[in-house]
Amino acid sequence: MLEIKCPYCGKRSQNEFAYGGDATVKRPNLGEEVSTKDWDDFVYYRDNPRGKHTEYWHHVSGCRQWFKASRDTATHEIFNTSSLEEEL
Amino acid sequence: MSGTFRTISENNTLDKSKVINFTFNGDSFQGYEGDTLASALIANGVHLVGRSFKYHRPRGFLGVGVEEPNAMVQLHEGDKSEPNIMATEVEITEGLKAKSQNCWPSVKFDIGEVNNILKRFFPAGFYYKTFMWPKSFWMKVYEPIIRKAAGMGVAPIKPDPDRYEHNYEHCDVLVVGSGPSGLASALAAANNGARVILAEDKAHFGGSLLTDNVTIGNKSGKEWADETISYLKSLPNVIVKNRSQVFGYYDHNMTVMFERVSDHIHNPDQYMPRQRLHYIRAAEVIISTGSIERPLSFGNNDRPGIFLASAANEYMKVYGTLVGKKPIIFTNNDSAYKAAIEFHKNNIKSLIIDTRPSSDGELVKEAQSLGLVIKFNSGIADVKGRLKVTSAIVGKFNSDKESYASLEEFECDCICMSGGWTPTVHLSSQAGNKLKFDESLDAFVPNNKRQKETAVGAANGSFTLNQSLAEGFQVGFDLSNSITSNNKNTTVPTSNEASFQPHDKFWCMPLPKGKNPSRFIDFQNDVAVSDIELAFREGFRSIEHVKRYTTLGMAGDQGKTSNLNGLQHVSNIQKKIVPEVGHTTFRPPYTPVTIGTIVGREVGNHFQPSRKTPTHEWHVTNNVVFTNAGLWLRPRYYPRGSETMSDAVNREALNVRKNVGICDVTSLGKIDIKGPDAAELLNRVYTNAWMKLPVGKARYGVMLREDGMVFDDGTTTRLSENHFHMTTTTAQAANVLSHLEFYLQVVWPELKVNVLSTTEQWSGAAIAGPKSRDLMQKLFPKVDFSTENFPFMGLVETEFEGIHAKLYRISFSGELAYEVNVESNHGLFMWNEIMKAGEEFGIQPYGTEALATLRIEMGHVSGPELDGRAVPYDLGLQGMVSQKKDFIGKRSLEKDAFVNPLRQTLVGLVPVDKKTKIPEGAHLVENDKASLPNPKLGHVSSSCWSVEYNNPFSIGVLKDGKNKIGQQLFAVYPLKDISIPVEVVSSHYVDPKGERVRV
Repeated sequence: MLEIKCPYCGKRSQNEFAYGGDATVKRPNLGEEVSTKDWDDFVYYRDNPRGKHTEYWHHVSGCRQWFKASRDTATHEIFNTSSLEEEL
Repeated sequence: MSGTFRTISENNTLDKSKVINFTFNGDSFQGYEGDTLASALIANGVHLVGRSFKYHRPRGFLGVGVEEPNAMVQLHEGDKSEPNIMATEVEITEGLKAKSQNCWPSVKFDIGEVNNILKRFFPAGFYYKTFMWPKSFWMKVYEPIIRKAAGMGVAPIKPDPDRYEHNYEHCDVLVVGSGPSGLASALAAANNGARVILAEDKAHFGGSLLTDNVTIGNKSGKEWADETISYLKSLPNVIVKNRSQVFGYYDHNMTVMFERVSDHIHNPDQYMPRQRLHYIRAAEVIISTGSIERPLSFGNNDRPGIFLASAANEYMKVYGTLVGKKPIIFTNNDSAYKAAIEFHKNNIKSLIIDTRPSSDGELVKEAQSLGLVIKFNSGIADVKGRLKVTSAIVGKFNSDKESYASLEEFECDCICMSGGWTPTVHLSSQAGNKLKFDESLDAFVPNNKRQKETAVGAANGSFTLNQSLAEGFQVGFDLSNSITSNNKNTTVPTSNEASFQPHDKFWCMPLPKGKNPSRFIDFQNDVAVSDIELAFREGFRSIEHVKRYTTLGMAGDQGKTSNLNGLQHVSNIQKKIVPEVGHTTFRPPYTPVTIGTIVGREVGNHFQPSRKTPTHEWHVTNNVVFTNAGLWLRPRYYPRGSETMSDAVNREALNVRKNVGICDVTSLGKIDIKGPDAAELLNRVYTNAWMKLPVGKARYGVMLREDGMVFDDGTTTRLSENHFHMTTTTAQAANVLSHLEFYLQVVWPELKVNVLSTTEQWSGAAIAGPKSRDLMQKLFPKVDFSTENFPFMGLVETEFEGIHAKLYRISFSGELAYEVNVESNHGLFMWNEIMKAGEEFGIQPYGTEALATLRIEMGHVSGPELDGRAVPYDLGLQGMVSQKKDFIGKRSLEKDAFVNPLRQTLVGLVPVDKKTKIPEGAHLVENDKASLPNPKLGHVSSSCWSVEYNNPFSIGVLKDGKNKIGQQLFAVYPLKDISIPVEVVSSHYVDPKGERVRV
């Protein structure tokens, strides 16, 4: 079980959190013309790196804040976590 | 008598004043308090305990602790029965019942031993080779026979009556193992102010200090261990646990420990847990797990009476038990001489067979001075005795050690063997440590660590006491100081032990000429030297493949005694060095763990939390049958008298259509949405428009995922300009809240909105049916319930006897309906008042089944239709999709596949015979006799008995559904051989224009 540092609450066990996917994906703006390829990239396509991955986590059974984490997908090491506003 | 095979010495851990009675295979025996089942049986001269897994060979004890591969027994009877327990790990208690497993009819005469005679048909990989033909025989003939013959213990079929608990611990330093290095590091860390947990698998602390003749300071090793443990126990910052095995090392320094709390107590207190699982998150983990002795490979080396030399020594010194009275010590190193010396103290002379040409280690010299016969440059080629070893065939090696110059037979009643020592690296490897091969030790040792684990002592390849203590004290201080910075150092005591000579890197004896007895490497999995050779001949090269093909080191054993011998044999055959071959993966658990402990208290009603509505007790009083909706307990139906479920459901549904019904809708998700941008948020998450919704009005909304699929639906009401009350389905309540929070926090942080779950703050009752208005008028006389004043989708806030009540005119049943919401603590009171007032209108409660009937008849979609594969068009919701604004998932709706007019869309289905209910999940096909694959046109999602028309009715999705209305198809369910001719009709089966809700 991972130990994740919520930027607001501190270190907590993984079972308080929900995973939220790749944090480098940016949603196209509302009303913006989006090509099918760009939209499909946003909806479906994700990199699956072995190593460092920037991702969202949600402190569901806690403060209910979303935040960012940098995690190694091979070793599960978490290098850093930050609030959404901060640079990771 | 508590056994004739007992030592003279009283210096052991037994309490001989306490005699304990137990039975094994129905025979009564006696042991002493402190005996394990293994030591007590050996003391009584019982060596035959079980049959081997594959060949059903007679097996006895090999080891003395967790390394034991053979002596697995079935304990207790009835609901407490427990299979596959290592006899070496069981402390006997009064009345204990144990028996052998994997044998029939008895351990002495086992029919399955025919497998041993037919051994050539059961070589490595026999599973993959034999029993493959004919294919149809596998399930019905081969598999049941193999299962019966090759099983292990028998799992109990009754619920486990014992109590198991979970515990969570945090500490600075966890020390695993209480041998010299473990005690030293725990002492150093504790003195330096760290919070320490010290875990010992066995009942007694001290590890090798209990068996070795060493001194630390001016004390014997055992005295020093006892004193150190007493001191550690007195410290407030130290938790000391015996009978506790740290069996797994997981991510982020999470270790898991298995504690046998009351297995060793005869009549434990009523609420004492049997076993406990500890989740320990330690800042630093010190692995002082010691080492395990390796067997030697020689002909029939698995016969009962053949032990590891260290086990024989520990049986004598710790358990006061003699493994035999005519021993042969067979070794390639000095350590086995300890057993010979200990036998000598009991006036028993051993014959020592040493593979080395000579040794001048101190222990060897001591044995020589005691006058023991030592045969150097010799090995055991084969042994005699089937149920117990009776003699050994000993040979002098030729110079190449590949054959014997001469063979000689020596009588014996036990053989104590030692093939050297393997550091116990399981936890290090589980932690992610990349092990390295140490040529001088012939073993893998920890090297590059990935987590916060540090191995010390024998587990780190440091085999001398001096090294172990020095390492333990140093590491204990360094790691604790990185946390406490107290700089309080503990002085390392001086120590003294016998010096060692190097071991012989020779462990697999040549076969006697012209004979081919099995030389076992893995006793638990019945893997012999010849099996590994066979795997190589058949082309298996990777050690992971050899492992799986031969089953070497698999299962509960995890290669404790077999791993290194197996690797060495593979590397010898491949003419490679061991590090090139590599090693297999060590996996948790290190030792078997009971399922009960893993589950803990999460059994029965504690499996998961139950969410109960404020009116729960009312439902119970009124003979409800509940259903689980997520964690919620929701009323399913309320049978009366001898009603069946369908009787009750039809009655409840019909009463809604005719009179008025009441349904507990508290579990529907409710989200309070507040802020200047609240309407804008709704506009973005729902497919329809929300900016112009007037205050006091509700609107039905559908929300999509970004991929265009319908995610959830519900009504949302504008309470004031900037304040909305959203409802979600019961199932998606939590997901919708997370979804809203994601968009508010991550995607559109500029929106000024707060969202909050209020599901449990409001108690909701739906009042539905043509008489609902009359009932509402009676309950709330001050409110004008005319459609002009309180239209469909309207909200009125009022009060009832001083209680604030929100009245919504919304309907899921399709009838004229209202929802009364009051604060939860008034929920039961309000419900009772509604029931009282409703009596004259014929009010009846209805459950989720009747609710389903009502909504299916109306063609209202719910969970089975919102299955994550439907876009709004599929469900006839395209009218809900705004063309003027953007929203979550809109761009996806333009995709070619989603605008294809042939998509599967919602339809109604009625069986042609108007009698046969159509099973949910049935496939819709044009021709039920067509050859396979028969094209599937759609499927049935929800079925009910239409109380309006008194015949079965279903809804489902159908390819090009709108153009198929009026056609006849087949609903087929091939698993049950069902085919029902059905007519396609509109999904709006009852009140297609939706007039009832607006009256």
